Amino acid sequence: MNWIYNPWPWYISGPLIAIILFLLLKSGKTFGMSSNLRTMCTICGAGKASDFFKFDWKSQRWNLIVVLGAILGGIIASTVLSNDSSVAIAPETISDLKAKGFVNPGKNYMPDLLFANEALSQPKSLLLLIIGGLLVGFGARYAGGCTSGHAISGLSNLQLPSLVAVIGFFIGGLTMVHIIFPLIF
Amino acid sequence: MRSIIFLGIGILFGITLFKSEAASWFRIYEMFQFHSFHMYGIIGSAVTLGLISTQLIKKYKIKSFYGDPIHISPKDKNLRRYIFGGIIFGLGWALAGACPGPMFVLLGAGYLPIIVVIASAIIGTFLYGILKHKLPH
Repeated sequence: MNWIYNPWPWYISGPLIAIILFLLLKSGKTFGMSSNLRTMCTICGAGKASDFFKFDWKSQRWNLIVVLGAILGGIIASTVLSNDSSVAIAPETISDLKAKGFVNPGKNYMPDLLFANEALSQPKSLLLLIIGGLLVGFGARYAGGCTSGHAISGLSNLQLPSLVAVIGFFIGGLTMVHIIFPLIF
Repeated sequence: MRSIIFLGIGILFGITLFKSEAASWFRIYEMFQFHSFHMYGIIGSAVTLGLISTQLIKKYKIKSFYGDPIHISPKDKNLRRYIFGGIIFGLGWALAGACPGPMFVLLGAGYLPIIVVIASAIIGTFLYGILKHKLPH
């Protein structure tokens, strides 16, 4: 049973994600996490500002329950199912991040520079977290979906729009990591 | 009863994202550097099996657990929104190192700064809602 405490390999994790997609389809629903962000806007009263948020959010209650489950899953996985929070990233990635000023890359699950509690009092880290979140939220809704809605369920349903969106995700991601990161780190 | 099923699916999803390290900022960075097969293996195997099950559901008109027909709506066909929106999403995905699923998993795992990312993502969604009519779709 020791394997369960170690990081799970891709050939276990990928099929599990496919099972989650299948279970949601069999429940008569779809797999898409970013639509929950829109539901949260509606719950906060965003319908007063734009018709985009005028819908019966209770119809999306099931998806908010999936989110609640994902939070619980994060608690369970990080406490009961893990005894070490390091991430075995490639040696090239480690040396690359060290050169950018990251301390001990991969030693913790998330980089201290952005995700240690002290990052909340660092103006630069805070600004990067805010910009990152804004881009993810804005982009996901503009594209009509995120990694789960387009890369997993959309591609599985052979949707050309999803392929275009995934190509966009990679253009954006590669631009950030290869062109913008050298300017900010 | 149905709520418990969705809660169970969410828990399985959260555990899988955390244990696969797909929720780690480092794995997203490594993916965009093409330094490891790990993330491509996860997405590739999920899509391959997802493709088979989705096509089987459609071909054999498999019914839901509750006996209703399963309808998977196609995405609308205007391609501009997918490329523009996709690029904006990708920039944020690489910077924050988390997309909308992993964000909540990381909240559960206790990384407090992710609250800033989640709140900003909700505000980003709100900004899209107000600017929607001015954007090319």
